Amino acid sequence: MLAPLSWLKDYVEIDVSPEELERKLFSAGFEVEELIETGRDIRGVVVGRVLSADPIPDTHISVCKVDCGEKGVLQICCGADNVRPGGKYPVALEGAQVYATARDHVTVEGLMTIKKGKLRGELSEGMLCSGVELGLSEELYPGAGYVGLLVLPEDAVPGEDVKPLLGLDEAIFDIAVTANRPDCQGMIGVAREVAAVLNKPFRLPALDYTENGEEIDFSVEVEAPDLCPRYLGHYVSDVKIAPSPAWMQRRLKLVGINAISNVVDITNYVLKEFGQPMHAFDLADLRERKIVVRRAKPGEEIVTLDEKTFALNPENLVICDGVRPVALAGIMGGLNSEIKESTCGVVFEAAKFARDNVRHTARALGQNSDSSARFEKGVDEWSTEMGMKRALHLIEELGCGRVSKTAARFAADPSRVEPRPLKVSLGRIDGILGVDVPREEILKSLSALSFAPEIDGDTLSLLVPAYREDIDDHAQDIAEEVVRSWGYEHLVPRFLDSAQVTPGGLNAGQKKLLKLKNTLAKAGFYESIFYSFFSPKDLDMMHFAPDAPERKAIRIKNPISEDLSLMRTTLLPSMLNAVVRNLRRGNTEGRFFESANIFLADKLPLESYPEEHAMLSAAAFGDGETFFTMKSAPEAVAKAFGVRFTYEKTEKPFLHPGMTAKILLDGEEVGFLGKLSYEVAGELAVEKPVFLLEMDAAKLLGKLTDELVYRPVPRYPTEKRDLALVTPEETTAEAVRSAIASSSKYLTRVELFDVYRSAAIGEGKKSMAFNLVFTPDDHEFTAEEIDKIVEKILRKLSHTLGIELR
Amino acid sequence: MATPEEKLSFAAAPGSVRERLLAIREEVEKKIGTYESSKSLYEFRKVILDNRKGRIAELMQIIREVPKEDRPAVGKFINELKEWATVRFQETDERIRKQELLKKNAAEDIDVTLPAEETKFAALHPDTLVINELIDVFAGMGFEIYEGREIENDYYNFTALNTPKDHPARDMQDTFYLSEEFLLRTQTSAGQIHVMEAKKPPIKVLSPGKVFRSDDDATHSPMFTQMEGLVVDRGISVCDLQGMLDTFSEKIFGKGVKTRLRPSYFPFTEPSVEVDVSCFACGGKGCKLCKGTGWIEVLGAGIVNRHVLENCGIDPEEYSGFAFGMGVERIAMLKYGINNIKALFESDTRFASQFRD
Repeated sequence: MLAPLSWLKDYVEIDVSPEELERKLFSAGFEVEELIETGRDIRGVVVGRVLSADPIPDTHISVCKVDCGEKGVLQICCGADNVRPGGKYPVALEGAQVYATARDHVTVEGLMTIKKGKLRGELSEGMLCSGVELGLSEELYPGAGYVGLLVLPEDAVPGEDVKPLLGLDEAIFDIAVTANRPDCQGMIGVAREVAAVLNKPFRLPALDYTENGEEIDFSVEVEAPDLCPRYLGHYVSDVKIAPSPAWMQRRLKLVGINAISNVVDITNYVLKEFGQPMHAFDLADLRERKIVVRRAKPGEEIVTLDEKTFALNPENLVICDGVRPVALAGIMGGLNSEIKESTCGVVFEAAKFARDNVRHTARALGQNSDSSARFEKGVDEWSTEMGMKRALHLIEELGCGRVSKTAARFAADPSRVEPRPLKVSLGRIDGILGVDVPREEILKSLSALSFAPEIDGDTLSLLVPAYREDIDDHAQDIAEEVVRSWGYEHLVPRFLDSAQVTPGGLNAGQKKLLKLKNTLAKAGFYESIFYSFFSPKDLDMMHFAPDAPERKAIRIKNPISEDLSLMRTTLLPSMLNAVVRNLRRGNTEGRFFESANIFLADKLPLESYPEEHAMLSAAAFGDGETFFTMKSAPEAVAKAFGVRFTYEKTEKPFLHPGMTAKILLDGEEVGFLGKLSYEVAGELAVEKPVFLLEMDAAKLLGKLTDELVYRPVPRYPTEKRDLALVTPEETTAEAVRSAIASSSKYLTRVELFDVYRSAAIGEGKKSMAFNLVFTPDDHEFTAEEIDKIVEKILRKLSHTLGIELR
Repeated sequence: MATPEEKLSFAAAPGSVRERLLAIREEVEKKIGTYESSKSLYEFRKVILDNRKGRIAELMQIIREVPKEDRPAVGKFINELKEWATVRFQETDERIRKQELLKKNAAEDIDVTLPAEETKFAALHPDTLVINELIDVFAGMGFEIYEGREIENDYYNFTALNTPKDHPARDMQDTFYLSEEFLLRTQTSAGQIHVMEAKKPPIKVLSPGKVFRSDDDATHSPMFTQMEGLVVDRGISVCDLQGMLDTFSEKIFGKGVKTRLRPSYFPFTEPSVEVDVSCFACGGKGCKLCKGTGWIEVLGAGIVNRHVLENCGIDPEEYSGFAFGMGVERIAMLKYGINNIKALFESDTRFASQFRD
């Protein structure tokens, strides 16, 4: 919301600096995002009176003597065709800063600093300026559009700064208006807040007019009062379409609107002043001289002012004459009834349209305007009434028509323009804010906001202005109004004095997850966080089969791009993409994990909440990594939680067929790990080994108890034996280990420490060396006892697995 | 201490015995200085002092050859020699061992500035570090942790939070929709409703979680993390909110950091405030980090709107509460000086390896 300071001064006396006002508005909840100074780039330009202008023969240049008041008389060379002795023009002195223009003298090409120099051998001590060189346009200052010198008024005083004279000292506040304050989407609303923060009276602009125009038969019918609770139509006769006055053009330009013609400019002026969108119809085009507000018929068409054709449906509200749509309600007028040079009768429209309907239609048709943007934020009916009055006043003030008595109106609830009585408890306000607010502060702040406060005991009686539709019937709203005026700095912080003590902290599941993450970090894996969505291409990258469950992903209806369109069904593609990204950036090794949810839908499209399932993924890449360094990740987890995972060969479409294992806990699969297949690695141009892991964190954490039970330290010393066993090549370490482990109750540890192959052992065979630890229970073991147990183990191994001691 | 020579009195011993004693003594004197290793010295010691086969032990045999009356004296002489030899060997051994250790130490001398053997020890994501720190602060104040769903329905994300369908506040957040009803939550506030439906006051809950908005440019990520806090109890006011935020700010941003509340708007709180903390980089004097204002915006908060309490079946006449929400990435970026939000979701090793718990 752009608010020029000079415009605000129409409604309230402002006697503080723009910066001071910015601070005060900020404290009241209106953040000034930018304080724009119109002439911020212009420096050192003063009024000059040309005393003489002598042309240099055979050139277009004149040597001028210019009276610059106290700056003295300067010699300036000038090529403009409108320089004449006695004329007053802006003079950029030596060191001044103005805009540089291209050869066309119109296009701005950055800034320039004025230096003394010689032109055609003549000294030039400054520059006479055009409007464009000062950043002006015809709308901002009459005559500034001329390609030549900007002519200053007769009464301009030589030597004085031109900025105040040309409105180049204007401060424009770009205010962020919060969504609850649509009433501040116009100058009037902002001025009311300015008046409140400065504690100055607020005055409305002139709203009076005389009804002396031609009277005609004219009617308004609203068939959809739910979508149009108020509609005003007023006829203006004897219209003379012409440009609007300079002051109006300038103001509109300052807030970003180009002038068109007096009638159209009035509608835009009222939009910016009162925040009330208006429309003007050419009476000549209104068939049957009536307005009907109704839902569009299926397939009904309208061509809007910008010559776009829309096919409508009953969800769209249209303004019709007796026969056809003449405007898309609240969005844009129809081409068939627009204001033309020839227009001599105008029907002004001021209305309130339901914000959701305008929003819906504007979105559905892709047709937005200043008007629709305004309606979507919410327009109040008080402004609708005031806006019409103001428009009619301006017609008279600008002398561009005669206001008639002919007016028609509809109001679903006529009282919506009256202040609303409200009673709230002062005790409640104190309770919400946590301090006893001085009563005079309550009166002061609410009076400044025109709430007409009165206090009787604990009761605060108010009259809520009709434009404050954000005020609900409760103390919270009023507390907010009071504190933003009074100031939050008056509150006294305290630390939950009245709150009850509650037990806090992580629950058991959250603690386990945190421990899982910490364990992986300690094992050298950095935590990653990736987006919860991925690309359909990611599923292809992983070579998932067409009917793979991973492909049953929930789709975002309005994704930012196709690459971010599916909710993840596996964490691995994001992880693999990160690995590839790292390698491409020259990071040749790394380890990562991610703990996040995947999204599993029973049915697509969604009919109920999908399952959000906690998963864990990890990757290790680089020359030093092997299947077994990757395996250190699950093993670290097993160690941290005191469990043992087992591993079995398995296959995955994206992993190496010989280097992939599923991870089991108590016989149940909880995940898998493996090396990225050569096929996928090739497609991704990955040359370093990459290992991936994915685990079902929900299932895993459900099985991990993290309970620790102490076992007494054995009374008798443990005994150790090493066994080197020769097995067929295909026998797995786990098969041997579990066979050993289950063969004696005294075995408390069985660990592989070496695998060895040699010619002596034989082709197709290998030797695996295990470290065995025996823990006695009631007496010290003798060597003979251990020998006996070992013999038993060897017999079992020989019998079940055909294994011999080496 | 007396020298062995002084103590030795076997010069008075009978001729042959004396010679043999002197011979042993001379051999020890002559050879003992030539040994440089404790191991070879030990071998020599065995030759002389071995209890069974040593030269001195052998000498005991000659006792039988001397007259009976001389035997005690000869025995004494032999013992003297033994004692003398024992001491000599012990002294020499100590000297040699000392030298050996010096040599060994010298041989093992290292360049202590060589790099350490690396322990692969990684870290949690900066978001998680911030969340853990926040949880730590708030758990101490009695906050439980609740993690809601990432996929929410329209009711919990908007309607129950006082943001009905036509509400302009919906435009504040560009929402990803999965169906007419389901969407990716735009705010962790959605969790507030689930908590208040399931639990009656007193409530103190902290909800960290991923949220999503259809916004993807240099300073916005379509997914980011919020941390929402909610307190509902009797007599909760804006003063309680500020008191708690003061504690939070000091613990997260450092001692002496102050908070400032200023009016704002959220549909589900009223009054609503933006909360700024005094700039911890410049102490409030104004610097690049705080853009010269001395204040840094860190979170939004407010008194829970009574309609929200009503929507959850909590009587707003009896209970009141406050809620606050902050962007975890924003805190992480402020805390660690990270200048690009996208870097948080890229897992570049050069980024990740800078963090530690």
